[in-house]
Amino acid sequence: MRPERYSIFSVFKEALRGHKGWGETWRKADPKPAYDIVIVGGGGHGLAAAYYLASEFSEARVAVVEKGWIGGGNVGRNTTIVRSNYLLPGNIPFYEHSMKLWERLEQDINYNAMVSQRGVLNLCHSDAQRDAFARRGNAMRIHGVDAELLDQEGVRKLYPFLDFDNARFPIRGGLLQRRGGTVRHDAVAWGYARAASDRGVDIIENCEVTGIKITNGRVEGVETSRGLIRAKKVGLSCAGNSSRVAEMAGLTLPIESHVLQAFVTEGLKPLIDGVVTFGAGHFYISQSDKGGLVFGGDIDGYNSYAQRGNLPVVEDVCEGGMALMPFIGRVRLLRSWGGIMDMSMDGSPIIDKTPIDGLYLNAGWCYGGFKATPAAGHCFAHLIARDEPHPVATAYRLDRFAKGLAIDEKGMGPHPNLH
Amino acid sequence: MRINCPCCGERGSDEFLYYGDATVRRPDPDQPSALEDFTRYVYARRNPRGPHRELWYHAAGCHSWLVIERNTQTHAITSVEFAKDVAAAQSAQAGRSA
Repeated sequence: MRPERYSIFSVFKEALRGHKGWGETWRKADPKPAYDIVIVGGGGHGLAAAYYLASEFSEARVAVVEKGWIGGGNVGRNTTIVRSNYLLPGNIPFYEHSMKLWERLEQDINYNAMVSQRGVLNLCHSDAQRDAFARRGNAMRIHGVDAELLDQEGVRKLYPFLDFDNARFPIRGGLLQRRGGTVRHDAVAWGYARAASDRGVDIIENCEVTGIKITNGRVEGVETSRGLIRAKKVGLSCAGNSSRVAEMAGLTLPIESHVLQAFVTEGLKPLIDGVVTFGAGHFYISQSDKGGLVFGGDIDGYNSYAQRGNLPVVEDVCEGGMALMPFIGRVRLLRSWGGIMDMSMDGSPIIDKTPIDGLYLNAGWCYGGFKATPAAGHCFAHLIARDEPHPVATAYRLDRFAKGLAIDEKGMGPHPNLH
Repeated sequence: MRINCPCCGERGSDEFLYYGDATVRRPDPDQPSALEDFTRYVYARRNPRGPHRELWYHAAGCHSWLVIERNTQTHAITSVEFAKDVAAAQSAQAGRSA
């Protein structure tokens, strides 16, 4: 049964009925014996890929298998920021493609994902950093992305309460992308799941992949906790655990798993209306619609699958916050959590075929996977359906390290704990 | 996470720097397969969930390089050794087998 289209009228109708008529958001599917395409991983990327496979690429027999529940992984563990303020040619067109898909997402999938283009401001604290931001802003504008370099007065107009005259890290200005902002992360997962399910995709929860069936170098399906599911093509989209799943196919990836923590404070009255990042350390902050300050910083810096971090990084992140806006020191922390990042060897992702026929890989998103969700899904769907990369994702090759074509946005080399 | 340094005793992990997998070995540059070997050495990672032998450097302490076995799923540390002792044991082993 096709679910009801969400609209202002459906909200009114249900309000009058005491909200008793809402159907399920997506079908709870049981695995069929075979599909054309199976996506491993029901996170934002996997669901988006399934949605675009079913909608744009007219694939009829698609399934998404998820070991837990929809929204329980990294798509529900991020700080919800979206932006396309990248520097390198391999990255800018891809992230701008993502930004354009965000801008029409809610109409595409008929779901209120609370896309809020409230502006992302990166602060600079030295002349050298301002020069670097000017270069980044120019690179963005050459690629048709909006960027504004603000001086101190410009920043002061937006955020008068920042600690501009901090003795060590005075704020000299910032690079503003007004089209950046935040998106409600759970709604992205639920919205893509609903839209994909509506177009015939089977979303199979509590179904963990335990093996990948390969015969004569060609993928034949996946072994799961709910039995063998045959498939002509299998797409791996399970960031955090990419190495473990790829190992089932005998692949060793250029990826380490690291833990990234995030934090939410108690609810406050409206205070920060955009996203602000501190340039002298690593700290980014925004305010959720419920009023909590949502913030984060660096990864912990050691291999981890634990989904929880340690106190030194909590301290480091909070020090960044205190240097930027000292008044948040009195705000109480409501909760913190950790998510597991696929840290690649150059800080950039991989969307590519693998050496095994019919096996495709979407991985290595480091801690920037959320903003990429629509484009990663779209480009992955393009790759799987057409067997060739989408034009904006041609640089995200699996063999780029061997060929010397790394896309190292930060210039850190193959040391994931420094990206 | 606290690390029991064999020189300094139990210290907070923020005194240490992390340098990743301690089991990889620098390949022989004279082998015909050196290009592939070095690509794997520099970029490929086993990235296990569970026990992981890894290098840590006690930067804010005794400046020792340590080989630590730590579970990446629980963060539990099961052994801490001086890297020089591990390397010496390995050379002795290699000497015996040669």
